[in-house]
Amino acid sequence: MRERSAAERIRDFQEVPLGYTPEQAIEEAKRCIQCKNPKCVGGCPVEIDITGFLKFVAEGDFASAAEKIKETNALPAICGRVCPQEDQCEKECILGVKGEPVAIGSLERFVADWERESSPRPSTRYARSGHPSPSKMERGMNFDDSRKKGVRIAVVGSGPAGLTCAGDLARLGYQVTIFESLHVTGGVLTYGIPEFRLPKAIVNLEVEYVKSLGVEIKTDMLVGNVYTIEELLKEYKAVFIGSGAGLPKFMNIPGENLDGVYSANEYLFRVNMMKAWQFPEYLTPVKIGKRVAVVGGGNVAMDSARVSLRLGAEEVTILYRRTHDEMPARKEEIERAVEEGIVFKILTLPIKYHANNEGWVSEAECIQMELGEPDSSGRRRPVEIPNSNFKIPIDTVIVAIGNSPNPLVPHRTPNLKTEKWGGVIVTAAGLTSIPGVYAGGDIVRGAATVISAMGDGKVAAKAIHSFLGPTK
Amino acid sequence: MFKIIKKEKLNESVTRLIVEAPHIARAARPGNFVVVIPAENAERIPLTIADADKERGTISIIFQIVGATTRVLDSLKVGDEIAHLLGPLGVPSHIAKYGTVVVIGGGVGIAEIYPAVKALKSAGNKVIAIIGARCKDLLIFEKELRTESSELKITTDDGTCGRKGFVSDELKDLIASGEKIDLVIAVGPVPMMKVCCDVTKAHNIRTVVSLNPLILDATGMCGICRVTVGGKTKFACVEGPEFDGHEVDFKELTERLKAYKDVEKRADEHVCRLLSNG
Ligand SMILES: Cc1cc2nc3c(=O)[nH]c(=O)nc-3n(C[C@H](O)[C@H](O)[C@H](O)COP(=O)(O)OP(=O)(O)OC[C@H]3O[C@@H](n4cnc5c(N)ncnc54)[C@H](O)[C@@H]3O)c2cc1C
Repeated sequence: MRERSAAERIRDFQEVPLGYTPEQAIEEAKRCIQCKNPKCVGGCPVEIDITGFLKFVAEGDFASAAEKIKETNALPAICGRVCPQEDQCEKECILGVKGEPVAIGSLERFVADWERESSPRPSTRYARSGHPSPSKMERGMNFDDSRKKGVRIAVVGSGPAGLTCAGDLARLGYQVTIFESLHVTGGVLTYGIPEFRLPKAIVNLEVEYVKSLGVEIKTDMLVGNVYTIEELLKEYKAVFIGSGAGLPKFMNIPGENLDGVYSANEYLFRVNMMKAWQFPEYLTPVKIGKRVAVVGGGNVAMDSARVSLRLGAEEVTILYRRTHDEMPARKEEIERAVEEGIVFKILTLPIKYHANNEGWVSEAECIQMELGEPDSSGRRRPVEIPNSNFKIPIDTVIVAIGNSPNPLVPHRTPNLKTEKWGGVIVTAAGLTSIPGVYAGGDIVRGAATVISAMGDGKVAAKAIHSFLGPTK
Repeated sequence: MFKIIKKEKLNESVTRLIVEAPHIARAARPGNFVVVIPAENAERIPLTIADADKERGTISIIFQIVGATTRVLDSLKVGDEIAHLLGPLGVPSHIAKYGTVVVIGGGVGIAEIYPAVKALKSAGNKVIAIIGARCKDLLIFEKELRTESSELKITTDDGTCGRKGFVSDELKDLIASGEKIDLVIAVGPVPMMKVCCDVTKAHNIRTVVSLNPLILDATGMCGICRVTVGGKTKFACVEGPEFDGHEVDFKELTERLKAYKDVEKRADEHVCRLLSNG
């Protein structure tokens, strides 16, 4: 796919890839050999009929392609942009054995964008395409509509898990209310993933679509504090918890509370959610120094580093304790970060931050690492090389070493069982330890992916439907 | 939602707003706070819930104009709506029968102690309130606290009302007089809370402070509010804002509070310009 040059794109927050032209899309889709038993579908957490939609694209029938995708995925414009396709559908593509797999993700993105741009309003666009026609899930269920009328369901959180669950339940006829603690909807899609990777206009459109299905969204509502889950169960027949993994991890090393040390969440929240890049028109400030160090090797670290560059940092360095091969970030995003001039210091672990006279962070003291034996995750364990300490001059640190499940709802819900590390425990159908209460997405898995959160939302919607169905 | 029902100037720089927010009023407990976003382009700022009226479905918030966002908030009039209001937040104060409780408020902190004084009194405590400000004109809530507390002591820096001196002087004298104090609660500027804690530590009197670190999401997601308490990092927005004052690292808190002082001035100038043009 065509991309904007690194020199051009680091000066703004616009998207990096330019997308396919219709001709390019058709050509790429024609590469699909239409396997009888397509492996790619098995690699997709929501089982999109991939060969089906690729066939329509190859024929130039983009509207039908869109309809096909939306049978199982309501948010293709988002997934086409942020899914780790290289670990999912494209990894399974038979063409990948010898050469390049079909660019399924880019084609999904193309179809979604084509559909959005060729019809002006979300309602007409959805009316024309997939939605009113029953999805695979709905077709599988015979259901007497009248019984669902007035059956109210509460969803906690408006991230991909919550939106998907709410959308599916609304399409089944339930009356769904989403409670979102922040003032803007979308969860990580809005406050975490930056504009140049996922334009907020696209997220908003998807939220509008969910609303158009009759879902009510109440923002500024912190469940646990405003209403407990117990209280919600008095008003609603079922509750879905999709409250995400919003708790930032710190390393608990000396100097981590100095001014100039951000969690990635704080940093991205200031920029994406509070629009600090438009300060002072938007009143929330963000301070970005000349030399920024980002600690971590995941998507969140790449996003933080690339945002820093766009905010005018002169030198941005990623500090990662393992090597390139172990980085959990999407390959594509690492490549783009490298192109944009982000410096990668691998096998490097910060152990202490030093301050200048004003109490502002001025140096990261690091230790050199080497790779030892594989650990429980199968990745080779980084071990410290004794006496290898060195200092890097910096004026901003962004700690991006991961997020844990948001502990607030579990804390305020005594009967809700969780793992030691904080994840809410659920059955395969998404049921928690409390009858009528379901959960999914990052609150269950810990920081994972958009598509897995959506998949969980779907599974739970289906489970809630059969839980409420027979008995009303 | 969030319509302003009443607006009152308590003194030249402190304003009280009574705002419609039934779901917050219903769940609010003493010690809780709200996040206020007065307009879509403004910051998220934390304000203590100074009072909650469950019947009317209103809460009251009291704030000092200290920067851009509080200036925007103060520009709103009765009938206007606050863009966003999130709450109740934080862990509520632990209200129990302790015996004698000294509740200290400094500056706008005086407004923040009001709900605790009321609740502690009705829980059967002897509540001695000590309030202080720079001068008489800046004292707030004197009448309310006189009614709700068992005893009210006032200090001003310049002696224009009550005793000339600081709230900590009054606290020292109270201890010296032999009053048996079971708990001290101190809310106000960091130096004031720090001094009060120094005083009580010497006498081993349990002291709770309500901290005012910078806040962003206020739901435990960003960590800007982290404070060191007993050597451990805590998120004040969800684990606080009240902590054991003898364990708090006030020096770090002071440093962290000034992180954005320089740029905040620019935001304030921007708002001043807008307000004077509009
Ligand atoms: C910077 C960043 C980049 C990422 N990049 C990618 C990527 O490229 N590809 C990918 O697949 N994944 C990526 N991820 C991960 C992905 O975004 C998450 O896995 C996904 O958003 C999880 O969805 P969710 O619905 O479970 O939770 P979230 O998106 O976290 O949404 C949870 C929502 O619940 C709200 N909430 C929390 N507590 C409460 C409460 N008590 N009451 C009411 N509301 C509450 C929150 O405010 C939030 O809006 C990234 C994550 C981050 C942070």
